[in-house]
Amino acid sequence: MTATLPAAAAPAASPQPTPPLPSLDEPRVAAEATEVRRSTGAIRRTDIFGILGAAAAAIALSLWLMTQLLIFQGILPFVGFAYIFFVIIYGIVTRFDESGMAVRDRLVSVLVHSLALVLMLALVWVVGFTFISGFPPLLHLNFFTTDMSAAGPLDPLTRGGILHAMVGTLIMISIALAISIPLGVATAVYLSEFPGRYSRVIRTVVEAMTALPSIVAGLFIYATVILLLGFPRSGFAASLAITVMMLPIIIRSSDVVLRLVPGGLKEASQALGSSRWRTVWHVVLPTARSGLTTAVILGTARGVGETSPVLLTAGLTTFFNFNPFSGPMISLPLATYTFVKSPEENFVQRGFGSAAVLMLLVLVLFIIARLIGGRGPGVLTARQLRRRLQQSRGDDYRFRARELGIAKDGRKAVSLATPAPPTQPQSSVVSKAADTTVKSRFRRGRNAGGTS
Amino acid sequence: MTDAPTAVLEPASAPEPGPLVEDKPRSLKAKSDRSDLPFRIGTRTAASAVLAIMLLVGVFLLLQGGQALSAAGPLKFLTTQSWEPNSGVFGIAAVILGSIFIALTAIVVAVPLATGTALYISEYAPRQIKQGLVTLVDLMAAVPSVVYGLWGLKALQPNITGVSQFIATWFGWIPIFHVDGFDPSDPLSSPTTFTSSTFIIGLVVGMMVAPITCSIMREVFTQAPIGEREGALALGATKWGMIRRVVIPFGRGGMIGGTMLGLGRALGETIAVALIVSPVFVVQPQILKSGANSISALIALRYSESSPFEISALMAAGLALFILTLIVNFGASLVISRSRSGASSD
Repeated sequence: MTATLPAAAAPAASPQPTPPLPSLDEPRVAAEATEVRRSTGAIRRTDIFGILGAAAAAIALSLWLMTQLLIFQGILPFVGFAYIFFVIIYGIVTRFDESGMAVRDRLVSVLVHSLALVLMLALVWVVGFTFISGFPPLLHLNFFTTDMSAAGPLDPLTRGGILHAMVGTLIMISIALAISIPLGVATAVYLSEFPGRYSRVIRTVVEAMTALPSIVAGLFIYATVILLLGFPRSGFAASLAITVMMLPIIIRSSDVVLRLVPGGLKEASQALGSSRWRTVWHVVLPTARSGLTTAVILGTARGVGETSPVLLTAGLTTFFNFNPFSGPMISLPLATYTFVKSPEENFVQRGFGSAAVLMLLVLVLFIIARLIGGRGPGVLTARQLRRRLQQSRGDDYRFRARELGIAKDGRKAVSLATPAPPTQPQSSVVSKAADTTVKSRFRRGRNAGGTS
Repeated sequence: MTDAPTAVLEPASAPEPGPLVEDKPRSLKAKSDRSDLPFRIGTRTAASAVLAIMLLVGVFLLLQGGQALSAAGPLKFLTTQSWEPNSGVFGIAAVILGSIFIALTAIVVAVPLATGTALYISEYAPRQIKQGLVTLVDLMAAVPSVVYGLWGLKALQPNITGVSQFIATWFGWIPIFHVDGFDPSDPLSSPTTFTSSTFIIGLVVGMMVAPITCSIMREVFTQAPIGEREGALALGATKWGMIRRVVIPFGRGGMIGGTMLGLGRALGETIAVALIVSPVFVVQPQILKSGANSISALIALRYSESSPFEISALMAAGLALFILTLIVNFGASLVISRSRSGASSD
């Protein structure tokens, strides 16, 4: 290092090339040309051999235990034993050439990987099992187009369907959303805009209520609407129960999203003299739009899948009911539940079918939520960005046109090349232009706020 | 003349303390715009409505369950095991303990799985699949409980009784794994001894709460300060050493909070339990033995063929469940808010 430093400093002092310089430079150029990206991974060949060997030994040992000593039967105990042996043997194998600390590290790594694998496999099993078992009824078109009123207990899958449950789910969730979106978002706005002791109390209560057992929500509506007010079981009562369950979820996640809106945006809006209401309506809510949508959709996904509140409040029916205010109404999860409890094989199949439809519905809702909510607050899609850019260019063009003393509509005026009288409408134009600048400022600021 | 300098000095120094004393902190209260008043009132009304609804849940359960509670007496209601409201003998001792057993089994299953998965996602997973795994776990938290119940009833139960039998055979000497009436040496013993047990229900509910617990844990694990992580690694810690000394201490509050939220969920889970359970009204601490119960399953299975008094008794049971979950949830949020989780170190 000390030897190279003067050599490197020399050329700066003296212009003529010194002999050591090329020899110092050349290898660096060569190295740059042939430089290969070094793998920063810490996996060596011996590690892989260790894992493979331990796995083979563990499988062999547990096969021997199962087939020769008959200590256990079945695939699950086999997997369990093989896993335990694998951990032990892998630990011993690693101990041959590593320190105790490294062995612990490896074993924990194995444990973490396998725990994650088990959970993922179980989850895939749940979804896969539902779809595969629910497939046969889905092949019949009548499953989607008829209700169960015409289907007897022994009828095959070609008769009867779950249209009534799908319609019921749709009606219930629509009513629930119609109540819970305005109420929930308004509450979330209150929590984020007016902090104080009262809103802290509300936030605490709402947070505690997010894990409200769904059956308790059902019982509450049962106690009030059906027992106290004397209404019969209906789709409307069920949607109220779903609302009680969904409200805390929507409020909580909306509150989190609203708190992510950059304070600078709100302050800028207020500094320009807009009232709080205008700030919320034109700045806060549009900025948080994607996050709010995600909150609502995730709440919907929970609400759609809830069985127990509907079970207590909606009643059971096998035929169509479009009126949520009178007569019982059934939803997809409730239909699944009642189908599966039946001893008839065909009904159980229909139960699987409706579970698959329900699962599909939740999946679609979830994917929509991800597509909308994958971005942070105020981050725009490519198309939105292009539109904003175009709008901004248009504004810029118009301003410059006006500076040049051309009329309100810049493009037309330029093409006609007639200077407009800048007299009467000037003030309104100015205020409008100022308005658009402010708006585009916000939009631009929003982008910046979102990406930073 | 000696007075003169002081007289000259006085006016120069006197005005200075004057304005300082008068300089009170300015009130930061902004005069609110008139157009803001409806806005303020509107949102406040909405928030109050939500608060009222949430409080009414408790009040109405208390009112409706009051009849049964006063008929049975609160103490007897808590200690009686059987459930025969029409003959006046009923209590929640069996069902509430059943709920707790199921929830504890679920937590014992879910917490290692959730912790492992959360650590895998935040520490071990390759960057390419990380986002996909996060989405998958979040999706699983949104899967309807009836789907989990269906899976537990039709897919898990037929496969898991062998495991139950194995545990009962080899670990039957541990009291909770003991199964009355099961003799390992009897080859004719029926596998139905092991169906619909607390263990199986707990497994299903555990699968249900694991994604929720996992996503909370992952959140706090990924927030562990990068400086401390790198410091640990630079000091020569292995990955596990770094996780144990930095990530887990940092995320402990989130871990406990997530676990308790999962516990609250598991206590209130209804449909998955109701699908699998075969109700018994005795305290059943043998988790592998057929027969279990929970408050929510009791309500779901009994509400339809109930007289008004029975409904009142069910409301009282629902109130007990409500209070139990409230305690657990408040504890969870207290732990989360008190912990260092989420706070950066620098």
